[in-house]
Amino acid sequence: MENIISPENIVYQKPKLLNDTDMHYCPGCSHGVVHKLIAEVIEELGAEEKAVGVSPVGCAVFAYKYIDIDWQEAAHGRAPAIATAIKRLWPDHLVFTYQGDGDLACIGTAETIHALNRGENIAIIFINNAIYGMTGGQMAPTTLMGMKTATCPYGRQADLHGYPLKITEIAAQLEGTCYVTRQSVHSVAAIRKAKRAIRQAFENSINRRGSSLVEIVSTCSSGWKKTPVEANEWMTDKMFDFYHVGDLKNTVED
Amino acid sequence: MKGNEAIAHAAIRCGCDGYFGYPITPQSEILETLAAEKPWETTGMVVLQAESEVASINMIYGGGGAGKRVMTSSSSPGVALMQEGIAYMAGAEVPGLIVNVQRGGPGLGTIQPSQGDYFQATRGGGNGDYYVLVLAPSSVQEMADFVDLAFELSFKYRIPAMILSDGVVGQVMEKVVLPPFKPRRTEEEILRECPWASTGRKGNRPINVITSLELKPEAMEKHNLHLQEKYKTIRANEVRYEEIQTEDAEYLIVAFGSAARIAQKAISDLRSKGIRVGLLRPITLWPFPTERIQQLSEQVKGILSFEINAGQMVEDVRLAVEGRCPVAHYGKMGGIVPTPDELIQALAKDFQINALNS
Repeated sequence: MENIISPENIVYQKPKLLNDTDMHYCPGCSHGVVHKLIAEVIEELGAEEKAVGVSPVGCAVFAYKYIDIDWQEAAHGRAPAIATAIKRLWPDHLVFTYQGDGDLACIGTAETIHALNRGENIAIIFINNAIYGMTGGQMAPTTLMGMKTATCPYGRQADLHGYPLKITEIAAQLEGTCYVTRQSVHSVAAIRKAKRAIRQAFENSINRRGSSLVEIVSTCSSGWKKTPVEANEWMTDKMFDFYHVGDLKNTVED
Repeated sequence: MKGNEAIAHAAIRCGCDGYFGYPITPQSEILETLAAEKPWETTGMVVLQAESEVASINMIYGGGGAGKRVMTSSSSPGVALMQEGIAYMAGAEVPGLIVNVQRGGPGLGTIQPSQGDYFQATRGGGNGDYYVLVLAPSSVQEMADFVDLAFELSFKYRIPAMILSDGVVGQVMEKVVLPPFKPRRTEEEILRECPWASTGRKGNRPINVITSLELKPEAMEKHNLHLQEKYKTIRANEVRYEEIQTEDAEYLIVAFGSAARIAQKAISDLRSKGIRVGLLRPITLWPFPTERIQQLSEQVKGILSFEINAGQMVEDVRLAVEGRCPVAHYGKMGGIVPTPDELIQALAKDFQINALNS
């Protein structure tokens, strides 16, 4: 065994920017995979010294504990405003936000839409698990029709709760966005595609091509009250049916 | 020029890196002047009209957290909206400047002048135990001068600073000597002066995180004790005030901002009638000139706190005086600015100055 672990045999290594702190995320959660992809992309771009992340309020509030770059922790929903200022004041930097659906598509809708519509040169990584994870599984703006949560225990109904918000589709309509895509990280193939999307979004920020939004349709096994395997199945079955995966807009020439 | 215009010109001249704001009367001239001056073509200063006051203050958080000299301005209802962001700045020790050109409230209130936000400015305004360093200009000249001073103090102590002005000082036109041009700091200077800022992690230094979050009670208490220690230092070192004719004063008026201008006229009228009245004008509302008012309370027969509100600063005056002499308040609300004569009558009535009643 020890003979196998040698430098010439290494085919994969954890990115150096992803530190060894134990993550607080639940088993089966998508956050850990997306964190790793972000660390890998920043490392591959050699952007460690000019990367500034903005973490949200929600499960990813402590994103700064795991990825060794400079961060700012935002008030709930305000990450795009904070990123706007950082990027305008440090125009050569890679500036990105990392937000969940409650943060981005509910309390921070105004900041999200206006930052994207101004064409701020930032990347927004949007984790959509259709639920409020950190506060214990309440209804989110992206909760599917009929889906049960702690605050719609009999299932989401239009007359009581309104409809799920496809904010990524709205973002694609805005003049300021150059790249809008919806991805997932539930399989190796999906993870590879998601990584390419994050890389393009980050390159867009560095090269000041306009706003990028990368939605990652994600699992929340704890909030959904499912095992990690069941959660993955439910996501591919139910979530993808409403949140179609793929590029919605790409104005950037390769 | 107008006080609001002076703020804009001073910002460009004092090396300000960015302004982020949302229009509201009576201070929109600040953003309008900056937009007309186009400083992004000269000093490189960023000017952005944000989607709301909430976004504006968070842009200040982002910019200040990244080591830049950034500011916003608004008027009372807009500053109320900013309170969450100001509390986050205080918690995360982010420097930055907020200008409040006050109008009457509560709520949407009126667009006419007021000093009704004294409590909000000097008591933190948002959640938690914190203070904001508050400067109160009473002239267009001070509107210009306090921009650089506010930035200096804000970065020295890593505390949000506020210029608490009002609709009178913002709109009045006076002669002003603008400060000399000072270049914006270079990247090297920022990295040297703000080693804590999220400027991008260079080399192997520990990562810089701007946050007000700490879930462990012991660590959060430690952070709060650190903030309180800082506030103690500021109280000891940064109290600013102006005194006019207090040496022989039998009565004292305490007034700030535009009210202090009205008080000065009242005092010269009173002096011509042989009544010895002096003025103490707090320039910093927090930290408040508690000690000096305490000293003067040993000397005078009465103190009148004159404010364009229902009586807010009078509480700080009473805390300073601790019963050593009578303390009264006179003020008006609703956007009405009291006249010097009304102030004289209030003084005569409160302290039974018979010479004035004849």
